[in-house]
Amino acid sequence: MSTEGLILFFIAGVLMVGGGIIVSNLVAPRSTNAQKLDPYECGIPTIGPSWMQFRVGYYLFAIMFLIFDVETVFIFPWAVVMKQVGMTAFIEILIFFVILGLGLLYAWKKKALRWE
Amino acid sequence: MEFSIYDFSTLTNSIHEGLSNSFSPTWVMIIEMSLVGLAFLGLFAVLGVTLVYAERKVSAVIQQRMGPMRVGKWGLLQTIADVIKLVLKEPLMNRQADKLLFGIAPFIIIIASFLAVAAVPFAKGLHALDFDIGILYVSAVSSIGVIGILLAGWSSNNKYSLIGAMRSGAQIVSYELSVGLSLLTIVVLSGSLQFSEIIESQANGWWIFKGHIPAFIAFVVFLIAGTAETNRGPFDLAEAESELTAGFHTEYSGIKFAFFFLAEFANMFIICAIGATVFLGGWMPLHIGDLAGFNAIMDFIPPIVWFGMKVTFLIFLMMWFRWTFPRLRIDQLLKLEWKYLLPINLVNILLMAFIGLMGWHF
Repeated sequence: MSTEGLILFFIAGVLMVGGGIIVSNLVAPRSTNAQKLDPYECGIPTIGPSWMQFRVGYYLFAIMFLIFDVETVFIFPWAVVMKQVGMTAFIEILIFFVILGLGLLYAWKKKALRWE
Repeated sequence: MEFSIYDFSTLTNSIHEGLSNSFSPTWVMIIEMSLVGLAFLGLFAVLGVTLVYAERKVSAVIQQRMGPMRVGKWGLLQTIADVIKLVLKEPLMNRQADKLLFGIAPFIIIIASFLAVAAVPFAKGLHALDFDIGILYVSAVSSIGVIGILLAGWSSNNKYSLIGAMRSGAQIVSYELSVGLSLLTIVVLSGSLQFSEIIESQANGWWIFKGHIPAFIAFVVFLIAGTAETNRGPFDLAEAESELTAGFHTEYSGIKFAFFFLAEFANMFIICAIGATVFLGGWMPLHIGDLAGFNAIMDFIPPIVWFGMKVTFLIFLMMWFRWTFPRLRIDQLLKLEWKYLLPINLVNILLMAFIGLMGWHF
């Protein structure tokens, strides 16, 4: 089985969750009251909207991740052929990592990795 | 029907031939696919039930308690009772929630773990999807899960959920780098991303032994990052009970909550299975070089038992982590990844490449 298997596993996932939800909807009891559908914040009414501006720190890490994840994708093919290519591959990845390390060092010095 | 516990390809081949004799090729494909799909649905159900039970018993042992004892012998039926209870609970949806996204989130999480578990090699010939880019594939699909977590937190319209989801997002994307890089450390030696080839390359010893110190460092980094990837303690601040109630799934009830729970345990299994495959030889028995006698004795234990033992060992390690280490703060968590694990990993890959170049590994 090859790529068509992906569709199979996608369908299996949909069936599992969908089936579970349908069965649960059939057998579960229902009742209503005024507070039941409020957001659960430990009994206190929510103050202000929940969809609000969020602190920028999370996005900084997301951007850092994006940079390094793309680098990881470059390392994948290198790792596969590393032993066949030999010394050339090693020196090239050394240069690559030095540049990558400088980027990390720059982010570090700019305090992008600090959580305040 | 032929059956051998040592090589499942005889079983799958005989099923295939048996079906081919009585059905047309299209139907054979459909039936085989349904069989595989059913097998994996069953696997997920069994995984969820046994792992939840195991977790409760392990935590009980560590905390010197009994754990569940009432339902069934030694509480063995406790999780089944829990599943029934969860199905019977009323599905709630917060009034202000984004209804579409709220409904989609559990689908995305479960589908992501289904796609990832498809690539796990369970035993010789028992392997649903054997891509030549196996490791890349697993790291790609397992990162889909974070979208489900973010959607669940965002669509709940609840501050706890949103904070939990954001923390979880930052955490998972950060630690994904370390998981990928630590696996690549082994790929440098094995020269292939395909799981079956990685396992075959460990026929004369597992990579954690053959790869010297860098392989061991990579294994430790993989365990830490894998624990963080699955949002488990001590990195479970996405659902830190004492501050965020239940994090991103605060608003979920009944069966939908059960799916988030199941996905967490399934992801733990996937991480442990990948770790066992890449570092500990998957289903490959413990072989030491050319010691024919020793290897023959080890070959006597079926591959699927080897795989089970390794995965159980790693899962036990992860449970042990959870119940003994205190939870990290978010700044400590991100510091650990970006200032320690990532640089260590980059240097470690270079070290491993150097060892591979010099031919110092076995």
